[in-house]
Amino acid sequence: MSNDHSKESIQEHIRVYLMVFGALAVLTVITVLASFIEVSTSEGIFLALIIASVKASLVAGYFMHLITEKGMIISILLLTVFFFFIMIFLPLISYTDSAGTHVPWVDGQ
Amino acid sequence: MEIPYSIEEREDTGLINSKLGIWIFLASEVMLFGGLFSAYIFLRIAAPPGDFEYWASKLSVPMATVNTMVLISSSVSMVMAWASLKLKDFSKYKMYMGITLLCSALFMVIKYFEYTSKFSHDIFPSTSNFMAIYFTLTGLHGLHILGGVIVMLYFYLPISHKLWEEQPEHFTNRIEALGLYWHFVDLVWIFLFPVLYLL
Repeated sequence: MSNDHSKESIQEHIRVYLMVFGALAVLTVITVLASFIEVSTSEGIFLALIIASVKASLVAGYFMHLITEKGMIISILLLTVFFFFIMIFLPLISYTDSAGTHVPWVDGQ
Repeated sequence: MEIPYSIEEREDTGLINSKLGIWIFLASEVMLFGGLFSAYIFLRIAAPPGDFEYWASKLSVPMATVNTMVLISSSVSMVMAWASLKLKDFSKYKMYMGITLLCSALFMVIKYFEYTSKFSHDIFPSTSNFMAIYFTLTGLHGLHILGGVIVMLYFYLPISHKLWEEQPEHFTNRIEALGLYWHFVDLVWIFLFPVLYLL
């Protein structure tokens, strides 16, 4: 968190926390309501993950104070996010990879 | 022995040691839950059409929605507990920490009813791939809640007043580290809720 820990600053933070709480409650209701919308599975997944990401950003940004956090923490988290996506997507690439499978036109059949 | 840099920031990192430590720990937690989310994606891709949707329909969305609200409320009360310490108001800290503890207990009670309702219908982790990953993810998350509750209890018991009286700044920093962990547990649930219950 920023180093400004005066009484006024903390009281301003408390006001922001309560606003974020309200936003999170509303977004939770929206998440449930969105699940009733008739859309395809991929669109449903996209919508749900977008709302969840907004909620997660609010928690990380304001409750965990990431928006005012020191560069060292941000660097650690960026590195974590990088490896997180590698971990998620590398197996997916291997899943769609056709190397080693029989391909008729390559084998001249 | 005095723990170094528990109050003043280190020159090289610009941080107190506990904050750097908890963030590195949380980074490892991201990878732990990330691996399980990756497993969920694979199981879902490989599942017969409609299989995950069928088993997800066996879960209780109202119970999970209430649990989401409960966990969000606990996150707010946790950050308010920390803010109260910053305002040097220990009695308010106790009140907010008490609310956080109550919310986490309520979360576990609801989870208990969810689990027992599944077991009474002969639904176990071995029933299907969806149920296997559901029990693994929510079980691991529940263990994290339990871990948080144990630490919160320590900082709620009468010893907390002694710790606060002796070193108020150090105590505040410890609550900040606990809060960061707790918000992370909330953050994981924010993704678990739609992924397991709504999709």
